[in-house]
Amino acid sequence: METAIHTSEAKTNYLNADYSIKSWLLTTDHKRIAILYLISITLFFFLGGLFAMLIRLELLTPAGDLVLDDTYNKLFTMHGIVMIFLFLIPSVPSVFGNFLVPMMVGAKDLAFPKLNLASWYIFMAGACFILYSILTGGVDTGWTFYTPYSTTYSNTNVITAGLGVFIIGFSSILTGLNFIVTVHRMRAPGLTWSRLPLFIWAHYATSVIMVLGTPVLAITLVLVVLERLFHFGIFDAKMGGDPLLFQHLFWFYSHPAVYIMILPSMGVITEVIACFSRKRIFGYNFVAMSSIGIAVLGFLVWAHHMFVAGISTYAALIFSLLSFFVAIPSAVKVFNWTATLYKGSITFETPMLYAFAFIGLFTIGGLTGIFLASIGVDLHVHDTYFVVAHFHYIMVGGGVTGFMCALHFWWPKITGKMYPEAFAKLSAIMVFIGFNLTFFPQFLLGYLGMPRRYHAYPPEFQVLNVLSTAGASILAVGFLMPMIYFAWSLQYGKDAGPNPYRAAGLEWMTASPPPTFNFAETPEVTWEAYNYDQIDAPDHGIDKGVEVAG
Amino acid sequence: MHPTMASTRGLKLPDSETAVHNLKHHFADLEQQKATSTFGMWLFLVTEIMFFGGMFASYLIYRLSYYNAWVAGSQTMEIKLGAINTAVLICSSLTMVMAVHSAKLGKRKLTAIFLLLTLLLGLTFLGVKAVEYHGHWVHHEVPGANFHFEHEGNYDPRQVSIFFSLYFAMTGMHALHMIIGAGLLTWLLIANARRRFSPEYNSPVEMVGLYWHFVDLVWIYLFPLLYLISHHHNG
Repeated sequence: METAIHTSEAKTNYLNADYSIKSWLLTTDHKRIAILYLISITLFFFLGGLFAMLIRLELLTPAGDLVLDDTYNKLFTMHGIVMIFLFLIPSVPSVFGNFLVPMMVGAKDLAFPKLNLASWYIFMAGACFILYSILTGGVDTGWTFYTPYSTTYSNTNVITAGLGVFIIGFSSILTGLNFIVTVHRMRAPGLTWSRLPLFIWAHYATSVIMVLGTPVLAITLVLVVLERLFHFGIFDAKMGGDPLLFQHLFWFYSHPAVYIMILPSMGVITEVIACFSRKRIFGYNFVAMSSIGIAVLGFLVWAHHMFVAGISTYAALIFSLLSFFVAIPSAVKVFNWTATLYKGSITFETPMLYAFAFIGLFTIGGLTGIFLASIGVDLHVHDTYFVVAHFHYIMVGGGVTGFMCALHFWWPKITGKMYPEAFAKLSAIMVFIGFNLTFFPQFLLGYLGMPRRYHAYPPEFQVLNVLSTAGASILAVGFLMPMIYFAWSLQYGKDAGPNPYRAAGLEWMTASPPPTFNFAETPEVTWEAYNYDQIDAPDHGIDKGVEVAG
Repeated sequence: MHPTMASTRGLKLPDSETAVHNLKHHFADLEQQKATSTFGMWLFLVTEIMFFGGMFASYLIYRLSYYNAWVAGSQTMEIKLGAINTAVLICSSLTMVMAVHSAKLGKRKLTAIFLLLTLLLGLTFLGVKAVEYHGHWVHHEVPGANFHFEHEGNYDPRQVSIFFSLYFAMTGMHALHMIIGAGLLTWLLIANARRRFSPEYNSPVEMVGLYWHFVDLVWIYLFPLLYLISHHHNG
């Protein structure tokens, strides 16, 4: 192992190969593109967080006293658009998928490196449109752009924001396409489908959704823009059009998009749980197929967002039933993670803390999703804070927790440095406590009848709202701390070595940071995924990979 | 631009040497590279099906709800021009296939001729489409801008406006794809003139060919759905 560290230091890696700005902006190295994404989406995360803090501050008191109602509408809209399209959708796939998919399949790069760079530029171009729409007055339609408000009545920057989301969609499509082709065509010799890490299966399923769903959102937004510009009337009841058609087309993408935000995180959690319980993942085939199952079922449940919008009772019943089905593959994952933990040699490093948080929070978010899929309960809590709490448990409790988990787990691989474990654990605990304090009271608020998207509320709701705002402040500190200690670790962190966690997987068998083409020579895979029994065997050691690292 | 490629540009290379220059660093061999780009292109076409699918779904839903208006709108279409354009596009698909075939045989001049023919047919299609659009404008059939529709029949004119909205959205998106295709053909013509292609390496020609056939195929569906489907009501 020591020789490996020594040789990796002597060698050039993807970070120190070239320091010029041009070499970053024109790079086709998937690892550098991942870093470009990481920097951009981190900025957008804090921008979206700023909007969230303003929302929580406004809701500290019952009266609408901090911002005007119009401003409040823009705040929750911009919070939604920035967090969903600029952070959550690209978060795990574009950063960690980009970095790890080629390494995990033993390839030198993604199948289409130039297309990969193009997708980052497309993402940034779309982001510029969205930022421009924010700077010139914002949008107030909600992130869902519901018609006819968005097409006819809103006098805010719907066109610029809509075009921004349209453009970003293509970045997502190209990333998904790149992943699918890479997994099919670029796997190292011996790496059969059933030997792939489950992170790859999760990203494969995500990519299928990106490729099949995003074009529909694209054309829907084109129609909204055309309608706004030329008064086409396709979605305008006044002109004979049907606003419900917009909702159908929008949710056909945007419901599966929820799985774009959660599936990659599930892949992350699977890797981490196997590593820190030193066991092969329980029921590999079931976990792999549950990812595909979620992707397929995800396309069949969109109208559960429209139970009260005026769809027929029969349609509602069928979509309700299909929505319950999504619980099956989701539960398969949760049960298999817990079964993996059973009798494992569990240690509590920071990524594992996030993984535990994920299991708990995702379970709460998923179960409340079943409440909402039952039509009767949905009628009661529709458009209340119950819904807000539910999807934040999935998207923040699941998606962002998975992102933080991945960031800690692969930070040593990406940078070659260890972060300070004590601070990281502290921040993970703060995120967990802050998150629950922010969003659990919102379940109660919603159940008691507080509607979403209002800047004022009756005084009896204040206690729970104060709790929620207090939680949001803790959450903010929990998210700011990693910024500081990760930056600190770049300079002062301990050298990580190729494999600080003794983890399984091809990405750990090369130097940290990896060389530009990932492996000195293409690895040949002769073992199953998560072969922790072999890695931990006394005669084996960890150094199988050092030969590959060269 | 790859430095060695720039320096050898304009020189005539033996075929095997073009092949080596065109192998990207992350592939083991040209075979893997070609299989990869072909798979990627097919996958991209799947996303295109979903893209047009949103509009086809809207078309079908409104056709069911507003049948009479759909018949009225459809009957104003210039079937002759639409049929000419269909023939033009089918011919262009043939010339595209011939271009791919010649590129695989390494016949550079023949490739150029067929690419040029495909491009000209594509531009012809766009020209005829422009004539049709002009006709719609003159007859006040452009929704929002100057819509005024009076023909015999039992329908709500606002619903005919929706028919024309979808007509313009669908044919407009199709025309945009044709324009992008024309750009790709121009790029191929230049690359072909610079001797980029050989019997070993010609995937760009083949990939653009796939794209071109796809755009052609979309029109094969648009023509009957927009022009022909209500024609029998005349007789």
